[in-house]
Amino acid sequence: MGLKRRLHILKRRYRGTKMAPAFNAIHTFLFLPDETTHSGTHIKVADDLKRTMNTVIMAMIPCLIFGMFNAGYQHHLALGEIEAVTQGFFSAEFWTLDNFMVGFWKILPLVIVSYGVGLGIEFIFAIIKGHEVEEGYLVTGMLVPLIVPVDIPLWMLAVAVIFGVVIGKEVFGGTGMNILNPALTIRAFLFFAYPTWMSGDKVWVHGAVERDQLIASGQNLDAISGETILGSLAQGKAAGYEIADMFLGFIPGSVGETSTLLILLGGLFLIFTKIGSWRIMLSSALGAIVMGLIFNGVVDSGIISEGSKFYGLMSTTWWHHLLIGGFAFGTVFMATDPVTAAQTNKGKWVYGFLVGFISILIRVFNPAYPEGVMLAILLMNVFAPTIDHYVVQGNVKRRKKRLKVKTA
Amino acid sequence: MSNDIRIKKGLDIKLKGKAEKTVEQAIISNYCTVRPEDFHGTIPKLIAKEGTQVKAGGILFHDKSNEAIKFVSPVSGKVIEVVRGPKRRIDAIKIEADKTQDYQDYGKFDLDTASPEAIKAHLLASGCWPFVKQRPYDVIANPNKLPKAIFISGYASAPLAADLDFTLQGKETELQEAITALGKLTEGKVHVSVGKTSNSPLAGLSGIMLHKVSGPHPSGNVGTQINKIDPINKGETVWTVNPQDLVIIGELLLTGKFNAERVVALAGSSIEKPRYFKTLIGSEVSTMVYDKGIAKDANARIISGNVLSGKHIKPDGALDYYSNVISVIPEGDDYEFFGWNKPVFNKISTSRALTFSWLNPKKEYDLNTNTNGEHRAFVVTGGYEEVFPLDIYPMQVLKACMYKDLDEMEALGMYEVAPEDFALTEFICVSKQPHQKIIREGLDLMLKEIG
Repeated sequence: MGLKRRLHILKRRYRGTKMAPAFNAIHTFLFLPDETTHSGTHIKVADDLKRTMNTVIMAMIPCLIFGMFNAGYQHHLALGEIEAVTQGFFSAEFWTLDNFMVGFWKILPLVIVSYGVGLGIEFIFAIIKGHEVEEGYLVTGMLVPLIVPVDIPLWMLAVAVIFGVVIGKEVFGGTGMNILNPALTIRAFLFFAYPTWMSGDKVWVHGAVERDQLIASGQNLDAISGETILGSLAQGKAAGYEIADMFLGFIPGSVGETSTLLILLGGLFLIFTKIGSWRIMLSSALGAIVMGLIFNGVVDSGIISEGSKFYGLMSTTWWHHLLIGGFAFGTVFMATDPVTAAQTNKGKWVYGFLVGFISILIRVFNPAYPEGVMLAILLMNVFAPTIDHYVVQGNVKRRKKRLKVKTA
Repeated sequence: MSNDIRIKKGLDIKLKGKAEKTVEQAIISNYCTVRPEDFHGTIPKLIAKEGTQVKAGGILFHDKSNEAIKFVSPVSGKVIEVVRGPKRRIDAIKIEADKTQDYQDYGKFDLDTASPEAIKAHLLASGCWPFVKQRPYDVIANPNKLPKAIFISGYASAPLAADLDFTLQGKETELQEAITALGKLTEGKVHVSVGKTSNSPLAGLSGIMLHKVSGPHPSGNVGTQINKIDPINKGETVWTVNPQDLVIIGELLLTGKFNAERVVALAGSSIEKPRYFKTLIGSEVSTMVYDKGIAKDANARIISGNVLSGKHIKPDGALDYYSNVISVIPEGDDYEFFGWNKPVFNKISTSRALTFSWLNPKKEYDLNTNTNGEHRAFVVTGGYEEVFPLDIYPMQVLKACMYKDLDEMEALGMYEVAPEDFALTEFICVSKQPHQKIIREGLDLMLKEIG
């Protein structure tokens, strides 16, 4: 008796019981179900939600792997054990097993905790509420480890995931019903609950916090600094990295968001597969460019002086904004979440543009926390239904006008 | 004079088993079944009780809410069974067909001198009225309302559809008679559409406004054409008639006989030799699907209608009142190991998420009835609009129907749509939502609440 047959018998045994959703989740993971159409169209396309979500995860895998190498690289670099990369993307100093293993052992637990806790909650809710386990968390669970600092304590991550999934999603009715992007809800929770672990110049490089504690306890060691480019610029310092490093990703930052190149490739993959919205990605980049140009203009016209605390970020060349911080990652993987983004095509243009525009605005005017993309997306998530409302009203008005012309 | 309608948004679903253009006379069916559920929204009041002898064209039942709308028998014979469901609802009326057909004579009708009222009364009395459907609500037309226009789509774009140019061949006289009659029932125009490159007999008729349609499905759906030609506003009514039913109307006017004969396509990948049959409405499908058709132990689904909007019928079922195609495709009640993430070459997809149907747009597919995934909440956006050519937001309308907001449904364009307009969005739906059912229930609610 094959596995297929055995599982089929088990499925029938579980049918109608409390555990059915949990069993089905595992069963449908192994096998596309034997369900046939019974009303409406008798045939259906090959795509389902699992395939859609899986495609997004595939687009993120390069970022995850790069993040593992980068965690080790930044760690060793800060300790002064290795030299900075010089030979472009395929520099031998970067792609070493040693770098990878450091990152692997730091980041794998993040992935496990994120999926373990998040899916655990999904299963519990599915069993309590008697609906199927939905696939939304597959993407969220992969996003979360990529947008946190590498040294974040696992218990914090677990608490944040519980908060994000329960309050951000399940209370609204689960996948497809949430208002805020769950991954960003999790990150926002971490950011506001444990700010010392989410910002500053110590958290971005593995080992920096630990080293600080050793110094505090009286050992004679050099402190490790791992300031992000945004952090440096916000304090009016020079970025300290080449443009190529920013683009390729050899910079400190959250685990998976540093390599603009790989994010760009992931974005192109999502656009090609028609899973990600090119409208949002493009308009968001446009929004950021416009805001960047406005700030550059302000600086050029001499309205603010070099002494201003906003000078550092405002004077950043407009297109550099696209490379630094989490902007690219947020735009490609988080702003495009179909549930929380605008849902009409016109609305997507407006929504994306404002995400980019506000990201840079917050980035410049919020010196305490110079990354704006998270808050910009969360803000626009809230306004997305309003944008859609006005777009749809346009259609409604056209219909009413047609009637008026007719009866007049 | 003709106008061109070019549809850009849509999707041609190419399936294996297109009917070959040869017509065979189907074996005469011993039984004929009329199912009141074919006439959506009609509550039948039975006239021909069990045991009654009826003629072809003899009245079986009428609509409870409007007694004038009669429904007639496609064959002459004896009513042998009235199948009832819950609450004594009539599910089917089964008639044992006579060896020689005996027609009810409604008399030749002189269109030239007849008033619109007389035409209407004649069509109602002779059982031809149910062929006239109306929008809004996609139900049998209310004879008391004046339609602003009448729409007839002579272009079939649905997968495996019967080629109307072929099935209507030689029926010009009947078509013209029916069009002339219908033309007198509206103050507006009779819009007839044909395929851009077709040689449809409809194109040569007089008294029509001809439109030439091109582009992918749903370009042939009458709803798409209405939206492009003269969209329905609140308070307006349009009528639609299938061209194959015009033939029956025309013949009735010309000869006085209700001749339920129809050329239907037998198509689909489970059929050995797909072809056309001449048969009667209500005939058992078993008279057609087994000879050079379904293999002996095949696990196939028989559909009266096309694969997008047709009805699932059992092997002992019958051709429904409106369809001109019987589709037979394999059932898909089997599991597929890692079917959700492995690359897919043998199924249609509108994305490219490791699905490769975009590589080969001309290929004909052998799709089965598997849902390819489970039912979920709406998640993905933007896909429906690509296959939905109407100037309506499909997902927003569907959601309005789901939360039953009548004002919003009205504002978003529910008066213009029929369930079949949402067949393609349902086909491509990643969340496997039952779009046509949602729209049908929404329309029923509006009909009940607003009327």
